Order: sequence, then C-alpha cells, then structure tokens
Amino acid sequence: MAIAARFMGKIVSLFVMLYRRNLKFRLGFTIILILLTLGFLSFFSPTNTRTWYVAPRDRPPSLEYPFGTSSMGRDLFWELCASIRNSLTIAFVTAMIASHIGLFLGFIAGIRGGIIDRVLMFLTDTFIIIPGLPLLMVVTTVLKRYLTIPFLGMLISIVSWPWPSRQVRSMVLSLRERTFIHTARLSGMSTSKVILQELMPYVLGWHLVNFTNTILFSIGTESGLAILGLSILDDNTLGVMIYWALNWGYALFRGIWWWLATPVVTLVLTFVSFYLVSMGINEYVHRLVR
Amino acid sequence: MSGQYMLRVVNLSKFFGYGFLGRIKFPAVDNVSFDMEYKPKIFTVAGESGCGKSTLARMVLGILEPSEGTVVYKGKNIYSLKSKERRWFHREVQAIFQDPYDTFNPLRKVDAYLYETAKNILGLKNSKDMKEAVDIVLRKVGLSLEEVRGKYPSEFSGGQLQRVSIARALIPGPKLIVADEPVSMIDASMRMNILNMFKELKEGEEISFIYITHDLATAYYISDEIAIMYRGVIVEMGPADEVLLKRYHPYTKALIEALPEPSRRDDWLTKRVKPPGMEVKEFIMPGCKYADICPYREGICEKRPPMFNISNVKVSCWLYK
Amino acid sequence: MEPSLIAENLKAGYRLSTMELQKEVEIYVDAVSGVSLTLGRDEIFGIAGESGCGKSTLIKVIYGYHEPSLILRDGSVRLYGRKGEEFDIVKLDRGRLQRDVWWKHISYIPQSSMNILNPTMRIRDHFAEILKIHRGVEKDEAYREAGKYLESMGLPIDALSAFPHQLSGGMRQRVVIALALLLEPSLVLADEPSSALDVINQKVVLTLLREKQEELKNTVVIVSHDMGVHGVLSDRMAIMYAGKIVEVCDTTEIFWKPLHPYTKALIESLPRLGDKSKRIGLGGTPPDLRNPPPGCRFHPRCPYVMPVCSKADPPLCEVRSGHYAACWLYSETVEAI
Repeated sequence: MAIAARFMGKIVSLFVMLYRRNLKFRLGFTIILILLTLGFLSFFSPTNTRTWYVAPRDRPPSLEYPFGTSSMGRDLFWELCASIRNSLTIAFVTAMIASHIGLFLGFIAGIRGGIIDRVLMFLTDTFIIIPGLPLLMVVTTVLKRYLTIPFLGMLISIVSWPWPSRQVRSMVLSLRERTFIHTARLSGMSTSKVILQELMPYVLGWHLVNFTNTILFSIGTESGLAILGLSILDDNTLGVMIYWALNWGYALFRGIWWWLATPVVTLVLTFVSFYLVSMGINEYVHRLVR
Repeated sequence: MSGQYMLRVVNLSKFFGYGFLGRIKFPAVDNVSFDMEYKPKIFTVAGESGCGKSTLARMVLGILEPSEGTVVYKGKNIYSLKSKERRWFHREVQAIFQDPYDTFNPLRKVDAYLYETAKNILGLKNSKDMKEAVDIVLRKVGLSLEEVRGKYPSEFSGGQLQRVSIARALIPGPKLIVADEPVSMIDASMRMNILNMFKELKEGEEISFIYITHDLATAYYISDEIAIMYRGVIVEMGPADEVLLKRYHPYTKALIEALPEPSRRDDWLTKRVKPPGMEVKEFIMPGCKYADICPYREGICEKRPPMFNISNVKVSCWLYK
Repeated sequence: MEPSLIAENLKAGYRLSTMELQKEVEIYVDAVSGVSLTLGRDEIFGIAGESGCGKSTLIKVIYGYHEPSLILRDGSVRLYGRKGEEFDIVKLDRGRLQRDVWWKHISYIPQSSMNILNPTMRIRDHFAEILKIHRGVEKDEAYREAGKYLESMGLPIDALSAFPHQLSGGMRQRVVIALALLLEPSLVLADEPSSALDVINQKVVLTLLREKQEELKNTVVIVSHDMGVHGVLSDRMAIMYAGKIVEVCDTTEIFWKPLHPYTKALIESLPRLGDKSKRIGLGGTPPDLRNPPPGCRFHPRCPYVMPVCSKADPPLCEVRSGHYAACWLYSETVEAI
C-alpha cells in the first residue's frame, strides 16, 4: 500500500510539473478537466437521459437548452454530460485493465527471458494479428444482452493489451544490460527491488503514455462500434449519440445540425485533449531515457 | 577443498550464438584458466577491446553464466551457490565498472546504493550504523558523507563518482575486487590517484584485485601478475615485470612495440606492423588464434598450442616448446 | 615560416537547456575562452587536454562547423590555401564553405568514422562524390582515380566496393583519412583520430597520417587527450585547460621541460613502461565551465598558487624562444625584464 501511495504521489508531482512547463500538456489537461467536470455534472441531471420525450423536440441551442434538443426529446446538454461520463468510464476501464496486463506481462517476459518470454510473445503476437474491430463486432453481437458500460470496457481491453506488453518488454530488455543493474545486484538488492526501484522509474513514464493511448483507442473503438449499432444503444455514450442522430434521426438531412455537432465536436475535443496529454508526457519521457 | 588457492578459474568458456538462427557458436572466451592465491595481489587481464576480458570478468563475478568450465572461490563453485551463500559471495567479491555514470542509475541518488550495500550485504539494521559504515568507507577514498549525501550522479565529476563506486565496493569488506577498466573514462591526470588507491588497498586492507584493462602502461604500474588475452584466449601469463619487459609471445611483442612512447619517437615510426583482419573469422579459427598475422607462423600453428613454461612465465606459442 | 592558419581571440561556447533533475535550466557553457593560434605550413600541431578543456570545440570553430547550440561570440579565423588564397572562415556561410573551402583547403577527420561515411553508399561512391563536386570528374573516371589513390596509400582496392559497415573500424578510419587528403588541402584537422581503435590499428593509422604529412607537406592538427600520441606524432603542441591555451612549444620541450604547472602535473602522472616509481595525479576537480573560477582557471588546483592567481588571468607569453606559457610564475619575470 505504501508503494501504491508513493507512486500516486510521483504521478501527481509529474503532472504538476508538466502542467507548468509543457504547453501541450497544459492545453490537453485543461480540456480533460472540463470534460471530467461535465461528466461529473451528469450525476445531478434533472432528467433521466435514457428516456425519450422529456423535453420539447428539435429545439435549436438557446439559453434554456444550451446545446438544443434532439428528435428523441432530450436536452442535449444533459445527454452530453451522461455520454461523456460513460464514454470516459469505458475508456478508463479498458486502460486500467489493458495497460496493467501489458505492464505485468512485459516485465515477466523481459526479465525471465527464455521459454517464458517466447510463449508470452507468441501469445501477444497472436492477439496483435487478430483484427480487433471485427472481433469486437462479433463479440458484442453475441453478448448483446449482457453489455453494460464497464463490461464493454473490459471487452475492448481484450484487443488492446498486446501493444503495451511488447513495449514494456523491449524497455526492460534494454535496461537489463545497463551497468547499474549489476551494481544493484552487487548491492544485494532482490529482483523485486530491482524492478521497483531501478526499472520502474524508467518504465513508469512509458506506462503513462500507454495508458493514455489506450484511452484514445478505447474511445475510438467504442464510437466505431456504436455508429455501427453494436454498442449499448439504450444508454448514453458519445458514439451512441452519433448513431441515433445519424441513423434514426437523419439529423443532417432535417437540418438539426446541433444534434450531430454536439457529440462529434465533443468526441474530437476528447481525442485531441488526450493526444496532447500523451504528447506532453512523451516529450518529457524521451529526454529522461537518453 | 579450500586448498592453497582463493580463486580458481578452470577451463572457462563462453559461447554466443551468431549468424542465422544463432547456429554458429562464437567463443568470446575460449578455455581460460588461471589461479589466484590468498596472498593479496593485483592480477591484470590485459588485451584489446573485443578480446573477451570483460566477458571473463562478468563470469568471475557471478553475473554471467559460463558455457563451459567452473569458477571456484574458496572451494565453492559460485554457480551452484544457494541464496545465503550468494550473499556471502557478494560480501567477499565486489566489482568496479568502467563508466561511473552508468554504474549508478541516473535517476537515483548515489547514496542509495551505499545504504543498500550496507543493509543487504553487511546486514546492518539501524540507520545510524549504516550512515557510519558509509562515512568510514567514503573517507577511505578521500570523500565524506557530507559531500555525497542526497546527490545524483550527474552532480559529480567522473573521478569523484568512480571513487564513490570504489567506496561502495569496499563496504562489505571484500577480499577480491574485480575492476573492469576502472580508469579508462577518467582523465589522465586523475588516473594515478585511483590506481595508487588500489595499491594502498592491496597493502593496507589486504584486498586482491583483478584489473581489466587495455592500457599496458597502467598495467605495468600496478600489476603483480598479468595475463595477456587475444581473441578469447590467454596467450601469455606471469609476473608483470617479466611478461611486459621480456615479451615472449609474438602478440605481446607487437602490442608493446605499437605503444606510442615519446622517448622512442623516430624508432616508433619505422617499425612496420600488420593490422589484424576482419574480426569474427579469427575467433572461430581452430589452432592458434594469432597465427594468421604472426610473423613466425609455421605449419604446426594449425594446432592450438598449450601453455609452455619459460622461466616464471607461461606462454601459449609453439616457439617455446 | 608562412602561416597556414591564424586564429585570433576565439570565444565560443554552448547554450544548453538541460533537464536538471526535473527542472529545466538554460545555461551557457564557456568552452573556448580567448584562444589565439598561428599554424605553419609544414608541421603536425598537437592540441592536448582532458575532457572539457575545449579542444573539440576549438576544432569545430576553426573548421567553421555550425551547430545549433554552438555559439561563436568573438574572434576570427583566417585560413590560407596552398596558392595563397585567403578565407575568413567565421564570416563565410555554410554554402560557400561547402562549395569552396571544405575538402579542398581544409578537411576534418572526426572521432568516429561513421560521422563522415554514409552507411548507404559504397566506399567508391564516397570518393566519386567528392571528385565530381569539386573537380567535375565523371563516375567511371573517378572510380579509377580512387583505385589508384588507395593503392598509393597502401589500402586494399576491394575496400572500394564495400559498404562502410563491412569494414573494420581501423580500415574505416584509414578510408576517412584518404578522403580527407584526396584534394590535398593545406590544413587537416583530426579530432581523436585513433581513440576508438586498438593499439595496433592506432599505430597503422597514426603512421599513415605522419607519412602523408611528410609527403604532402601540409599542416595537420591532431587533437588528442593521449599524450603518447602527441609524443610520437606532433612537432609542436598546445596544452589546453578549461577553455584556454596554457602552454605552446615543441613537443620534446613539453615532455622534458614543461613550464606550466598543469602540464607538469600531466607529464608527471603519465605511467611509463619500465618505470615503477610512484606517480602522483592532480588533486581537485576540473572547473565547472558554466561558472569558471576567477583569475587563472587552474589556480584552485595549482601547487604553486600565488595571491595574484585568483585575481587576474595570466596572458600567454613567450618565456623562452618558441615556448609560450600562461602563468604568473613566468609572466612577472618577463615583465620585470
């Protein structure tokens, strides 16, 4: 537990430093904070965003309805908040599972080497080769009745764990030969201590980058599935909003552009913000691992 | 059996896979044997880069498992030690590496390693004892805990950092220190301080050294015994004075004559020397590894020469049969 | 003796922004601090010094090498070609240098041969490129010339059809030297030409440099931290410390009668085969060039330090004929006269 606390502390101080010094990080992180606020606000939504016809339909943006209303009779502002909350939850679940599986397996493969390494890499490569989106399309169709927001996050992690695994493994392989690892051994440090105190500081930066990238990947994947009608259509996510607006509501044809614009612009902003954050961390990490 | 030798290296070899699918075995170290007695000595392994001396050092330290042969320290095979015995081994045998800035993790404070060694190898438990042990050993190398505490490797000069590295190696009170090119990356004007320190440690603390280097001048300065390595094989071995001044093996002779020596300026330029050819072929050749550029080569050189004794020196060359 | 190079009062350094323990800092490192040199036509001139003394930076400035972080604050470099052409290196732009000066009148041999050799080009194409650009020679003719040229240098002709990575380090270095001397420039700068090589290859490379210099009678500048290399190669030498030249004279004088305390310490700490007498190294640490010590930069470590040394920087004066030293031990004597 103490170790977890120390890591949290390190990550927080890293973020604070990056916020101050890196423009990309600052911009991206600010937008993320805004998105998180909107997502949090969804808990105070006056209406149930999953029901239809709770507001007058097809109203353009106004003071009363800042983002307008949809043909389904929903206030787009509150629907957006709920969608952000759900999309980010899915993404977060995916990132937590996939990046940590990747971290764990990458370490084992890199440190043990030999047969274990080869078996793990064979497994990893198999999953890399299997096309992710078609696989998910099949799985979501089959499991349609059991889909919930967190479960969807877990499913997406099936196809996103291999990349971090390979990446961490190559980091570990290159660090293993550094002289200070020998020094650590000759100082009597046990393998677990070597991992935590010698290797982790280097790997942590990349782990954060992987985490952020997995979030991006997950949001994109879920949106892709949703637009194809394969997500949880009676709940709110950014992708689902786009699905209804495009396929059911024909929003563009009927001139109800705000219904489509709201989720699309938000989706783009989400992407950009996480991308900027990822770049910011990447720049810092690059200089560290000279 | 402890016997009369502190360290015995017996028929040690290390092969690395090379070529397609790693089928060809490339002998970085090829059947090397030598002994060290209990009496403190500085034993040098000298050779050019790529001759296998660093690989040999790692095998002696227990960091790299040999392909063939054994390393026996005080009667025990170091590759079949259990974990408690490993701790004993690291208390007895320590290392100093070439690049002081890579010896320590650039992201960690340098004193962390000193405390770890004190805690794990020496077994000290409370922080006051650890600090005291660390301070004592830092003073031995001309530094103090005050100067070192809380600093990162980048805050030290190369010479200082290398001294910290030596201090760390001294904490457990070792009997043998393997130093892999410890002064190659240090400025010439400060090398002597560190080499003099090795001499003092040998005499004062009774520590033996295995000094790995490519610089024969420093080897001459501090060695008691020396082994010359070429392409994974020891070609000549014996008391440093005799090996370096008598130069029995043709390679030793060529090596010393190629050293730029200011006092022999005009002479140096007139003696022609033939450069070695492409590398890997020579490692895999059967027979004497030096044969293809040796001026004294003969038919019998297609067989690998054993060690012949001439005076106190062992030479692996058919000339001395 | 007609000079081939006159460098006056060069001041150069690096502006760096470093990540120092999670803080980003911008600093100026004063690498070359008021260096002046005059080099003759037919000599091998050595520049010696330890890490951080500024010798590599000095060579880069003399060559006219531009790097984003390298800043030339002051000084001039005048190069004189074989037929008396004059080039003001500092003022020329890169294009002009590439077209008219580099390879033709001045060549640079870097420490690592792979900094010059293109890994995707065969060796013969390296020669062909130079011959085409500077002498307008067509490819086949250039290949033939390259073959004859390599032969004359004692290099095997089949190196021509090889790619750089197929050659050994020593062979690559000799090829780079061949390239550098191809157009017979009046000045050749060699930065640690043999440091990355083993002793035997080192001898081959250094012998080649010396023989070619005797043949072409040009000026060769050897930068090396290895005093042994200077001992067998350089005719005259300069010793650098912390960005300044502290001594200049004939090589034999440097070894047998050094004047500057730093040179003395350096020579005394060199181990020699056959001599087991105790050697003492220098104490202290080299100065931090972001914040150099006041007065003479060597004074914190000097065994002969006097009060004036921390106040004023001694100029380089001629203490004996042809023997210059920058030290208050000698300057006052000279001024008194």
